[in-house]
Amino acid sequence: MIPPAFDYVAPTTLSEAISLLSQNGDAKILAGGQSLIPMMRFRLAAPALLIDINRLADLEYIREDGGWLKIGALTREAMIDGSSLVRERYPLLADTARVVADPLVRNMSTIGGNLAHADPANDHPATMLAYGAQVVATGPQGERVIPVSDFFLGPFESALSADEILTEIQIPVPESNSGGAYIKLERKVGDYATAAVAVQIRLDENGNCAYAGMGLTNVGLTPIKATAAEEALKGQALNDSAIREAARLAAEAAEPESDHRGSAEYKRHLVKTLSVRALRKAAGRANGGNS
Amino acid sequence: MSKHHITLNVNGTPVEADVEARMLLVHFIREALNLTGTHIGCDTTSCGACTVHLDGKAVKSCTIFAVQADGGRLMTVEGLAQNGNLHPIQEGFREEHGLQCGFCTPGMMLSAVALLQQNPNPTEEEIRWGISGNLCRCTGYVNIVKAVQYAAQKMSTAEVEPAAEMVPQA
Repeated sequence: MIPPAFDYVAPTTLSEAISLLSQNGDAKILAGGQSLIPMMRFRLAAPALLIDINRLADLEYIREDGGWLKIGALTREAMIDGSSLVRERYPLLADTARVVADPLVRNMSTIGGNLAHADPANDHPATMLAYGAQVVATGPQGERVIPVSDFFLGPFESALSADEILTEIQIPVPESNSGGAYIKLERKVGDYATAAVAVQIRLDENGNCAYAGMGLTNVGLTPIKATAAEEALKGQALNDSAIREAARLAAEAAEPESDHRGSAEYKRHLVKTLSVRALRKAAGRANGGNS
Repeated sequence: MSKHHITLNVNGTPVEADVEARMLLVHFIREALNLTGTHIGCDTTSCGACTVHLDGKAVKSCTIFAVQADGGRLMTVEGLAQNGNLHPIQEGFREEHGLQCGFCTPGMMLSAVALLQQNPNPTEEEIRWGISGNLCRCTGYVNIVKAVQYAAQKMSTAEVEPAAEMVPQA
């Protein structure tokens, strides 16, 4: 399938990219292209202009700075997956980068695109909700920070303005006794999640839950922050009954629809089961375990 | 609609062309360069039959525009054999019966070579992970895994001639 005709520019600076974006109403940013190009081939998207930001090499980085893990928007999934910093300190992010699409797609696809596309089936949104992350949007007026919990407005609709580019993702550096996990059920490698659950927790000195973040993938029109489950976990020892209660609340927060991946009832049940598993895994990691 | 002049290195040979912005890399490879070893399978970024190496990374050429490869270094399946000698991965697929219909084979081999460059001695699980973006509907993957193991063994014990993408440009 051949996409409809379009104009193409490959700017070499971010300011050039932003000015092109603000001057052209019907322009799209081309990052990894692993969602946009298929949509264009299916003619679900037909932008008049593609602004290819792949030449902006200074948007590819992973570093800790001032209490945040800062990830350049153009950072490829494969680079996140291969980062020892991410593997050692951010197991939830490592879990996530490893199950986005397949290894070939991960060589191209970017974390910024995974978020900016605002597809509720994408994996990073739930993970960033669980972390309490924020994103940097850069536009003609400069930079602004948007909490991820305010970022997803609807299916394929984000808080980015038409002339803004998502340039950086910021994840709070986890304090000690933190752990996280992302568990995804997919029919096969490369498919979207039937459902997936992201969990990030921190334990206090008594082993009780001091922070809990939970995000749900592909069980609603946007990625879902399981707020009631998070609240229920706070101050609790992460024993079986607390975990099961949180999982029940997470399943209640899900708004799945029946489709070829399963019935709504099945998906809701799946959220509960995956929540139990992800919470147990996160708790194990917060206690110093690595599996 | 914009047209673009692109210059790239394909299997060690410099190539120049004018391409429409919307031309997919796989169509450029097959139709402009006549390198038909790169296959089009699903057209939905699922099957991996169109896998090539762009700047040393295995990617799906149906999900990149040709214009994006401007200035890049491309290797297709035709770049694996050197001076008439099969690459160890090609030998492995022949010796271990790693193909039946052969449609997925070029993509499988390029994914496998990328894996072996990063991880010269992979476990079976790591091989299966490394080729998980490539679909085969004939073999059940068992002999493909054996073919990759054959290549890993051969590449670790023999001095191998570098594939086209490693040859420095003249």
